[in-house]
Amino acid sequence: MSFFLETLLGGLMSGMLYSLVALGFVLIYKASGVFNFAQGAMVLFAALSMARFSEWIPEWLGMDNLFVANVLAFVVSIVVMFAVAWLVERLVLRHLVNQEAATLLMATLGIAYFLDGVGQAIFGSDIYKIDVGMPKEPVMVLESVFDGGILINKEDFVAAFISAMLVLALTIFFQKTATGRALRAVADDHQAAQSIGIPLDRIWVIVWCVAGITALVAGVIWGSKLGAQFSLSTVALRALPVVILGGLTSVPGAILGGLIIGVGEKLSEVYLGHYVGGGIEIWFAYMLALVFLLFRPQGLFGEKIIDRV
Amino acid sequence: MFYRENGQFKTSYKADQQIFPIPQDRWVILAIVVFAFVGIPLLVDEYLFRAILIPFLILSLAALGVNILVGYCGQITLGAGAFMAVGAYASYNFLIRVSGMPALAAILLGGLTAAAVGIVFGAPSLRVRGLYLAVATLAAQFFWDWAFLRIKWFTNDSSSGSVSVADIELFGWTISTPTDKYLFCLGILVLFSLMAKNLVRGSIGRQWMAIRDMDVAATVIGIRPMYAKLSAFAVSSFYVGVAGALWGMVHLGSWEPAAFSIDRSFQLLFMVIIGGMGAIAGSFFGAAFIVILPIFLNQMLPLVGSLFGLEVSIALVSHVEIMVFGALIVFFLIVEPHGIARLWSTGREKLRLWPFPH
Amino acid sequence: MKLHKLLVAASIAAIGLSAALTAPAAYAAEEQFFPVLAYRTGAYAPNGAPWANGFVDYMKLTNARGGVNGGKMIWEECETAYATDRGVECYERLKGKHGGATAVQPLSTGITFALTEKAPVDKIPVITAGYGRSESQDGSVFGWNFPLIGTYWMGADVLVQHIAKKEGGFDKLKGKKIALVYHDSPYGKEPIALLQERAKMHGFELSLLPVAHPGVEQKATWLQIRQNKPDYVFLWGWGVMNQTAIKEAQATGYPRDKMYGIWWSGAEPDVKDVGDGAKGYNALAMQHGAEPNAKVVKEVLEKLHAKGQGTGPKEEVGQVLYMRGLISSMLQVEAVRVAQDRYGKGKHITGEQMRWGLEHLDLDQKKLDALGFAGVMRPVKTSCLDHMGSAWARIHTWDGKKWNFTSDWYQGDEKVLRPLVISTAGKYAEEKKIVRRTAEDCKK
Repeated sequence: MSFFLETLLGGLMSGMLYSLVALGFVLIYKASGVFNFAQGAMVLFAALSMARFSEWIPEWLGMDNLFVANVLAFVVSIVVMFAVAWLVERLVLRHLVNQEAATLLMATLGIAYFLDGVGQAIFGSDIYKIDVGMPKEPVMVLESVFDGGILINKEDFVAAFISAMLVLALTIFFQKTATGRALRAVADDHQAAQSIGIPLDRIWVIVWCVAGITALVAGVIWGSKLGAQFSLSTVALRALPVVILGGLTSVPGAILGGLIIGVGEKLSEVYLGHYVGGGIEIWFAYMLALVFLLFRPQGLFGEKIIDRV
Repeated sequence: MFYRENGQFKTSYKADQQIFPIPQDRWVILAIVVFAFVGIPLLVDEYLFRAILIPFLILSLAALGVNILVGYCGQITLGAGAFMAVGAYASYNFLIRVSGMPALAAILLGGLTAAAVGIVFGAPSLRVRGLYLAVATLAAQFFWDWAFLRIKWFTNDSSSGSVSVADIELFGWTISTPTDKYLFCLGILVLFSLMAKNLVRGSIGRQWMAIRDMDVAATVIGIRPMYAKLSAFAVSSFYVGVAGALWGMVHLGSWEPAAFSIDRSFQLLFMVIIGGMGAIAGSFFGAAFIVILPIFLNQMLPLVGSLFGLEVSIALVSHVEIMVFGALIVFFLIVEPHGIARLWSTGREKLRLWPFPH
Repeated sequence: MKLHKLLVAASIAAIGLSAALTAPAAYAAEEQFFPVLAYRTGAYAPNGAPWANGFVDYMKLTNARGGVNGGKMIWEECETAYATDRGVECYERLKGKHGGATAVQPLSTGITFALTEKAPVDKIPVITAGYGRSESQDGSVFGWNFPLIGTYWMGADVLVQHIAKKEGGFDKLKGKKIALVYHDSPYGKEPIALLQERAKMHGFELSLLPVAHPGVEQKATWLQIRQNKPDYVFLWGWGVMNQTAIKEAQATGYPRDKMYGIWWSGAEPDVKDVGDGAKGYNALAMQHGAEPNAKVVKEVLEKLHAKGQGTGPKEEVGQVLYMRGLISSMLQVEAVRVAQDRYGKGKHITGEQMRWGLEHLDLDQKKLDALGFAGVMRPVKTSCLDHMGSAWARIHTWDGKKWNFTSDWYQGDEKVLRPLVISTAGKYAEEKKIVRRTAEDCKK
């Protein structure tokens, strides 16, 4: 029982992280209809930038305070991600308005390659450390209830908490601020939004900036756990089933989808994996999403697709 | 001037409906094919065969298959690499498990197995559409990646999961030198392209295109979506499977599942979109572009660097290579979202009017 | 207009390509050319780069020492990104340059598998020091593969020997649980055959836990380890997977001193970011470990890095992966020397002559000491039938700052290894319709 709970908790915590990456997908898809495959590359780019600047800034300024260095590096990385967002809108998206979904998808793959290359060329291709003081040792809780207690990974716990905070902040941003409302208007109907005076291209830049921030947070969390390294760009592939399960257009869907996928894949790997040789979690996540799709082709919370001739 | 249709009259429907109704096209294509069969083997060295031409031919075939599904039937797939893997491993198993199995038959049976698998994994397309389907096809990719690593039967209990085959034979012709391999792949590619061209011109091809343009409308005019979509998946997977079998048995000779990873799937989709969706020729252009570009960049960048007196490190070259690759893809999509095939046909139109554009 | 520009660009590109492809290769007759298939980008770059630096540095050192009987080493690097198809392209591109490649070292099990097919045709030996196919030790079937100084089966065998010794004898292994956490690729799967053999012999329970490429997602794996509580964990990882495994072990509270990595999972990049969290983690050292005090390392620093001619950062010299590259390079340089002894001193050695050199490599302790490898490695002696040449290994342990040797020398057990090598190689020969080389063939 305690092991089941541990697995469940582990799944929920990974799920929170998947949600964070999935959120980046959903934001951009909602606002611009672009399925942004470059989200993984953005996570990598942000993590590399964070890792390297937190290393370089103390060197440049000749100081030794880890906290200040991290804060400064975080701020610089935000600026970097904003620049990326602006450039993407300026150089790519603006020229591809009204193209087919597949073309846009390929364009973002092109962006992903480009970012991978630039990121490694500027920041290097070694494994870099992001040290934001995450706790590494596990703790045991509820030892009185269960035999042996439940092992909780403090780092995962903190990470899940930060993700949850970010999701909350984004929800408030979308519901309460004028910009947030404009974003939702654009998501509902591009033309209608434009006709009431919402500037589309500026909205797109904002959306990519927000996606950049989620990428940065995801990058810092994953990077502090795994080291900022090329493999981070593959987290996008782990987040894809989350997006389609939750629905491409739904923020709550991304969160719930992340939790379902996180729990589903961990439970399946631990309880079913060894019957078939293990290593099943990645395709299991996709199969799970596929099964959901057969019942709800637009995802859990996606907008219903209405066909008209 | 050279490309004028004046004075060419068709007197029968048959003449009007042939694959290349304009004689110039017909002759040019024929000349290219003859040159490919006769000229290239005389001119080209081993490196070009092994590193560029053979991969180009096989990946063209695979891109052709993907184009049937994506370009003609409008179903985006990110799982093409998996069907290549199915083709490769299936033909391997046919070859080693059935004694006396001719290699060509094994390759075709591999393709058929891929077709069957394609139908199974295409079934969700009846309910799921667009980007959702694209991501769902990734399920096939990851599942087969896993299956070929894990299920030992597929790899004939090889301890490492990697398999190898001896040189294959075709009616007493042992295909071992690069030239042999090139000719064998070329032969298959020409036959399959002809077949594809005829398929997409025929009734089934028109059904696919109707589904692509709007599936509800197609259903209303009496096209069965199940038949059309699944047949597209089957034909496409057959092509991709045969390409996979060639890739494994002819090009590599020894392979592991990583040869058909998700990168391969992306690569094939790139070929189709850069080359031109819904155009047979587009598959060739796309394959050429994607195969040659990285190699070209990799060799050119140090030269460019040395022009400016810079010693470019290997690591930087590969980083710049990825960057330029990504940037060129975006550039191409912006300049011509319909692919190189569209550029080609635009060029042809211009040529018809040349030298008097008005 | 756009079309126009594109056409111009395309034609310029085409001209450039043909120029690049037909560039003539000039070479001096006595130079030995070695292609360097390296990876300095992608998911495995942190581990690939130090190896390549050591590999190139030893060739530079050889030239600084005056070459092999006056013959200089030349090389060209090509980036494979650890991808098989790119590796094959690199090989095809480089194999004919400068009078033909003398030998090739792909540093990837996947590329090794692909090149195994091509080597007999091109007559270029494939040296895979410490990786590649384990059964290619059998030189009578794999005439062109040289898994010098170590194969994965030998590595796995030594690991089992070590824990048996720790437990107090092979009979104590009965009922023990060993988990193998491996990279889900031919590389990671190599040791399974041997470990299963050993499990049958000694009655320990082997559980297999695959980790998908690139190995950053291991939560479920370590949850299973927490559930099963194996007595030992063997780690067969590469690149970022090693680091992640140690971090996950820390996060799930698995004792690091019960973890044993293969030699590719026991270098500085794998542990340095984990720091104290990796304290007590063990790995197999294929002969050498980190050797900052070796004579050859001091010579590299003095003759190359002090003059600014070294490859890569100075701090890396003497680290584990750097040393592996250095030794891999040394073995091939010495094989050239052996071949020259037979085919003419100072002469250009072809791939076929190089094979003879590799099959008659005989580095005794005196020669090794003279080369500056005293204390770094033990003698290597190959033959036509045994392409490995040495089965010595030690265990080293990370103390939070550096690697220290914590065991005596072990040797792979021929009684266990040999039958497995022969039977697996036989199966390969059958599949590929290869006729075994006889003792007569070996003399040629």
